[in-house]
Amino acid sequence: MMSEMKTAAYLCSGCGLGDKLDMASLSKVAQKAGKMAIVREHPFLCSEEGVKLIHDEIEKESVTHAVIAACSRRSKTEAFSFPETALSRVNLREGVIWVVAEGHEEIRQEMAEDYVRMGCAEVKKMKLPRGNPESGKEKNILVVGGGLSGLTSALEAAETGYKVVLVEKETRLGGWASKIWKRVPFSSPYNDPQNTGILELISKVSAHKNIEIHVNSAILETSGAPGKFVVRIGKAEGTETEVKIGAIIQATGFSSYDISKLPELGGGLPHVVDQAGLEQLAIKAEGKPIAREDGKPIRSVAFVQCAGQRDESHLPYCSGHCCATSIKQAMYFKDAHPEVDTVIIYTDLRTPGMGEDFYRSAQEKGVIFTKGKVSSVENAGEGCRLKFRDLILDEESTIEADLVVLATGQVPNSGVNIELPEERNQVSVLNLSYRQGKDMPQLKYGFMDSHFICFPYETRRTGIYAAGPVRRPMDMLQATEDATGAALKAIQAVENASLGRAAHPRSGDLSFPTVRLEGCTQCKRCTVECPFGAIDEDEKRFPLFNESRCRRCGTCMGACPVRVISFENYSIDTVGSQIKAVDMPDEFSEKPRILILACENDAYPALDMAGMKNRCYSAFARIIPVRCLGSVNTIWITDALNSGYDGVMMMGCKHGDNYQCHFVKGSELANYRMGKMDDTLKQLGLETERVTTVEVAITDHEKVAAFINDYAETIRIIGMSPMKGFG
Amino acid sequence: MSYRNDFLKEVEENVEEGEWVKMCMQCGVCAGSCPFGPHWEHSPQKIFMMIRAGERIQVLSSDSMWMCTSCYNCIVRCPRKLPITHIMHGLANYAHRLGLAPKGQPTRVFAKTFWDNLVKTGRVNELKLTLSHYFRDGFIQGIRNALAMKDIGLGMMKARRINPMELFGGHGLQDLEGFHAIVAKAREIEDRKKGLKNG
Ligand code: SF4
Ligand code: SF4
Ligand code: SF4
Repeated sequence: MMSEMKTAAYLCSGCGLGDKLDMASLSKVAQKAGKMAIVREHPFLCSEEGVKLIHDEIEKESVTHAVIAACSRRSKTEAFSFPETALSRVNLREGVIWVVAEGHEEIRQEMAEDYVRMGCAEVKKMKLPRGNPESGKEKNILVVGGGLSGLTSALEAAETGYKVVLVEKETRLGGWASKIWKRVPFSSPYNDPQNTGILELISKVSAHKNIEIHVNSAILETSGAPGKFVVRIGKAEGTETEVKIGAIIQATGFSSYDISKLPELGGGLPHVVDQAGLEQLAIKAEGKPIAREDGKPIRSVAFVQCAGQRDESHLPYCSGHCCATSIKQAMYFKDAHPEVDTVIIYTDLRTPGMGEDFYRSAQEKGVIFTKGKVSSVENAGEGCRLKFRDLILDEESTIEADLVVLATGQVPNSGVNIELPEERNQVSVLNLSYRQGKDMPQLKYGFMDSHFICFPYETRRTGIYAAGPVRRPMDMLQATEDATGAALKAIQAVENASLGRAAHPRSGDLSFPTVRLEGCTQCKRCTVECPFGAIDEDEKRFPLFNESRCRRCGTCMGACPVRVISFENYSIDTVGSQIKAVDMPDEFSEKPRILILACENDAYPALDMAGMKNRCYSAFARIIPVRCLGSVNTIWITDALNSGYDGVMMMGCKHGDNYQCHFVKGSELANYRMGKMDDTLKQLGLETERVTTVEVAITDHEKVAAFINDYAETIRIIGMSPMKGFG
Repeated sequence: MSYRNDFLKEVEENVEEGEWVKMCMQCGVCAGSCPFGPHWEHSPQKIFMMIRAGERIQVLSSDSMWMCTSCYNCIVRCPRKLPITHIMHGLANYAHRLGLAPKGQPTRVFAKTFWDNLVKTGRVNELKLTLSHYFRDGFIQGIRNALAMKDIGLGMMKARRINPMELFGGHGLQDLEGFHAIVAKAREIEDRKKGLKNG
């Protein structure tokens, strides 16, 4: 607890604020309504001199809580950095003078005064976050999976100076990469298959002083949190080792789709193999002409692309690498013996990146490509007969070949799907002792849920990163990059954890959720709704927060019906007091008040940008940034409506399959909770339009202004709230 | 149909620019660019796919390459930079040499008439070329064609663009033998380039 609270407000009149706003009356508001002990006005607050003024006063007057009424909290963050002071930023520039159209001086001033009141109210409810006291200092990194991705992650982390524990279930390292003859080229010239380099990688990893290797082993249990995981590793022989770990990388790769599930394409016939099967034959041939399993030299070979892929009854997705892989395999034949007939039958040939050059090189070597849809593969004579529709010539065709190769897809080795009860007994990869389940949540088709666009390696288990084809289908080059990225994220996670700070996306945040257990009703909502599985249950069935697993999204705080969860600097009160601080004009004033709760990750920056671009919006809006829409507790909304707000709008990220929510589930949960708001509105005798939710992306600076203006118009039409004066 | 390399290889060895056929990526841009698209049996894209599918007779007896007007639209647009126009003419030439080109295909007939006319004297005798073209479908049709075009013909005569005396022998090159030697040499070089003994 902080001993004595000493408040101060600093108002800037630079950047045109002084011209457009009545600074003297803003100061008076800070003093009277805001009850700030010190109030200062400065013509250029972010200048060296202005910042010094604040610093000096913090020193001399022991200011503990400060309000800066100037530009957006997103600007001048370096100048206005006072780590030992609780700080509230009042956005008068981007949020007021840049967005209120000329000719509305009176309501503009009212807007600015409300924001000053709100800032003063907020800061008094804030505490200076002191960092997670339960932080763990372990910095070793566990890599699960010893294939290309895992080896790369291990080596990258080890080279950076971190100790690595590498666990592989097979008896040898290398994974798929050691079971292929050559790989698609990583670098120019993109003409020929290249050596995999896997043996060199294995020997580097094996010889590295920072890497401890466990082959023939599995993870028996993973408990704890970032910076303090305890992992039990079991050897097939039955011995057990326990290691202390800071962060985990899951690089468990993929399995090939089972070709026996593709009988129509010949899966199961003796002369039909999958791509992995062909690699076996190529390894045996060692660069000489390839022979079949039965020893017969292969004179003709047909490759069938998308075998059981992009197919709703098998794998609905594209595995991304298989077109280039078939091209590479056709080259094995052409390079050893140009007379061998090789044909690749595709419906869409997908060769992204430099794959296009590789494709061209195969054409130069005489590989025949034909667009067609294969209907059957059967035994015929010494080999196979393949029937297909040639989609260019638009006719039924047949090909006879000594060998048929099916390009089947990648199935992620992701362990248990914790959302499907029938999968509970499947073999788990991580064996997490988390209340939410043994493995990581999946997004689709068994691939790990990770923020696809912005934060690819982040999963929904803090400090555990997914890399390689277990995250999404990919080729070897992509897996290498993925593994490197995940290693860097793991390092970031252990460093942040050891300082008691949050990991991505609030990297560096020192606040953490605390729960007042006396008030807890054991409803379990926080435990269930936390998108990151941070909350377990203690013996008395109370929520047990694992601060180090927490991302500080506040979803638990939004979920809690009895409002016992809070952060030092972000709580039911910090927001609630702002809502109440707004001066509420009466029903006949024709001055509605619209509360906007805006996600600080996307919506709030978009609103700032609207200001920078001078897109005007209604001066009746009162915007409060929130960590995530998931952190919005319905009490804020009912309080707002009770105290006379005419409308409440929530602005957050897109939810659903292609979500953009930084906390994955926050905006989805908010949407779900708001779905239940209608009843509350009816009870209050209010129109359902009085609460609304909109989805915005960070780039939507035009849309945000339009959303607000349209909503202001809706409110004008339905009229002022009848609740004014009762709150 | 085979989708083997045999016919592709034959084309590579015998057809001008034939080694490009394998590089086509079947995007269809040429087919969409060709002003003759609706009028011929197979687009260049299809011809190239047929070659790869081993449809030898269908390709060589197709009328498509005879319809090409050398507008070069396809060459300009082909993302794989195939010299499509040249391949089309190379294929026509090869089909003709093998005797597989479609009989009576008008552009082919005209091309042959033109060539025979030219080789005779070393110069194109326009009057004879015109007349043999008019009369290619018999005497009666020839008269009809001539009557239909008579105003233009008379006009050209008046403007001295056509000399009626050319009908009787007409003028030619002084060193006709030399010209024939040049043609023979050109054929020899071309055949050698394509690895043929004789055309
Ligand atoms: S919901 Fe968010 S803030 Fe709450 S425990 Fe989970 S990660 Fe932390
Ligand atoms: S050059 Fe010939 S094939 Fe090419 S677009 Fe013109 S007419 Fe068609
Ligand atoms: S434009 Fe070129 S690459 Fe495309 S189909 Fe025609 S020849 Fe082939």
